[in-house]
Amino acid sequence: MKDVQWVTGYNHRGIEKLCESKTFDQVFFLVERVCGICSTSHPFAFANAMEEICNVELTNRAKYIRSIIGELERIHSHLLWVGLAGHFLGYNTVFMWAWKYREPVLDLFEMITGNRNSYAMFKIGGVRRDIENSMIPSMKKVLDIVKKKTDLLIGAVMDDPVIHARTKGVGILTKEDIIQYGALGPTARASGVPIDVRRDDPYAAYPLVNWKVITAEGGDVFAKTEVRLLEINESISIIEQCLEGLTKEKEGEIEVKVKEIPEGFGTGHAEAPRGEVFHFVKTDGSNYPKRHKIRAPSYMNIGTFKKSCIGQTISDATIALAAVDPCYCCTERMAYVYNYSTGEKILNGSELIKLGQQKTDEIRKQLKMDK
Amino acid sequence: MTTEAIINKVRDNLKDDIVEINIKSNVRALVSIKPEAVQKAYDLLFSEMGFRFIIASALQSKEGIEIYYHFSKDIIGLILNLHVLLPKDNPQIESLADKYVAANWIEREMHELYGIKFLNHPNLEKLISDGNWAEGVYPYKEE
Repeated sequence: MKDVQWVTGYNHRGIEKLCESKTFDQVFFLVERVCGICSTSHPFAFANAMEEICNVELTNRAKYIRSIIGELERIHSHLLWVGLAGHFLGYNTVFMWAWKYREPVLDLFEMITGNRNSYAMFKIGGVRRDIENSMIPSMKKVLDIVKKKTDLLIGAVMDDPVIHARTKGVGILTKEDIIQYGALGPTARASGVPIDVRRDDPYAAYPLVNWKVITAEGGDVFAKTEVRLLEINESISIIEQCLEGLTKEKEGEIEVKVKEIPEGFGTGHAEAPRGEVFHFVKTDGSNYPKRHKIRAPSYMNIGTFKKSCIGQTISDATIALAAVDPCYCCTERMAYVYNYSTGEKILNGSELIKLGQQKTDEIRKQLKMDK
Repeated sequence: MTTEAIINKVRDNLKDDIVEINIKSNVRALVSIKPEAVQKAYDLLFSEMGFRFIIASALQSKEGIEIYYHFSKDIIGLILNLHVLLPKDNPQIESLADKYVAANWIEREMHELYGIKFLNHPNLEKLISDGNWAEGVYPYKEE
């Protein structure tokens, strides 16, 4: 590959502008729709920004519930990515498996929030719904299933020699690349840059539980896979501790009433599955934002393809791009290969994926592995 | 390095270019500077002091067009907002994209939405509305 060019499609949705005509309560539902996969990370960052402006301290119960939602989301998002990456590499069994065991996570969401997606849980000063303590044992049971199955999945992916051969050394990003491009989340952590908002600028219940930031040194597709898979384990452990914490708190104390939002500005961020989500809100004393700037992690992560793809073969393009877990539904839906000199289209998206899958098949044959 | 030490270092280095400093809390600070010092400030924060560039936000107020450059010192969780004020008519400021790739897209976006001209930007073309909006019309700018 010689060069990569970025063309944004017609999908500017004007959400920032729309926020300026909504009340603070309504903005939560709007920003929840920025992304379908990490739909709670935007309300999370927005709540952090607003709570900075009006200076409120949440109750522990609200903190635990927020972290439970945030971590469940990380599990289902990472499982979704593992499935997609498997598909791009010609491992459709991984795809089926990962997506099957994403289902119990969505069931948990339904138990807690009433929705499989777009949970509508956040508000300034707390959360909208409580988790009844009597429900916790049945939630733990579902979580145990998720843990058992993801352990199997992690073992299968990490021990597969074909996946090692196919993803190691592919799409490498160095520490310097990460810093130059301002890349975030698992993309940065897989290159040995240990940044994680949950630890660096603690919010919600993260300072109340024990967990560690997962990093790897390779910077290639394998390292990114490793970081995401191990983060699933950490998330499960965080949720278990949060559920335990809930049993010690009084039921019903889920919000602090906030009556007025003063004039000022807030900078809130939260660690979404793909990296830091950042919200800047300026208020003028009225009940709607004067200005609301949203920065999703893909905005910084996608740019790194200039480093990770160039010099690679075309069959590695899809996985090198997919390794940063780009939120393509929020960005663009098409990928093409152009002839560099004539500008003519040579390959489309599905042909690109097919190329990636063929390369895995060849490695499989060389290693004499069955499908 | 504590927040206070960081702010002191910024104050010592930028001296007369500083308009105002406001330490909101242990992990949030605002530094207002003159627009001509933006590259100097970026060099100091990004290259010398190891800040991460989060993003920049533009907005229009009664005073003119404002840009907040948001930086993060992850090791202590500090968000430092670098603020500049530009005139409403013909707002322009030196681009950072030539030296720092992370600023490239957001400068294009701010140019597109607010009509801020980034001087010496390597490629100041439209980022999000190519082919859909008229030239010289800036959708977020109020007349």
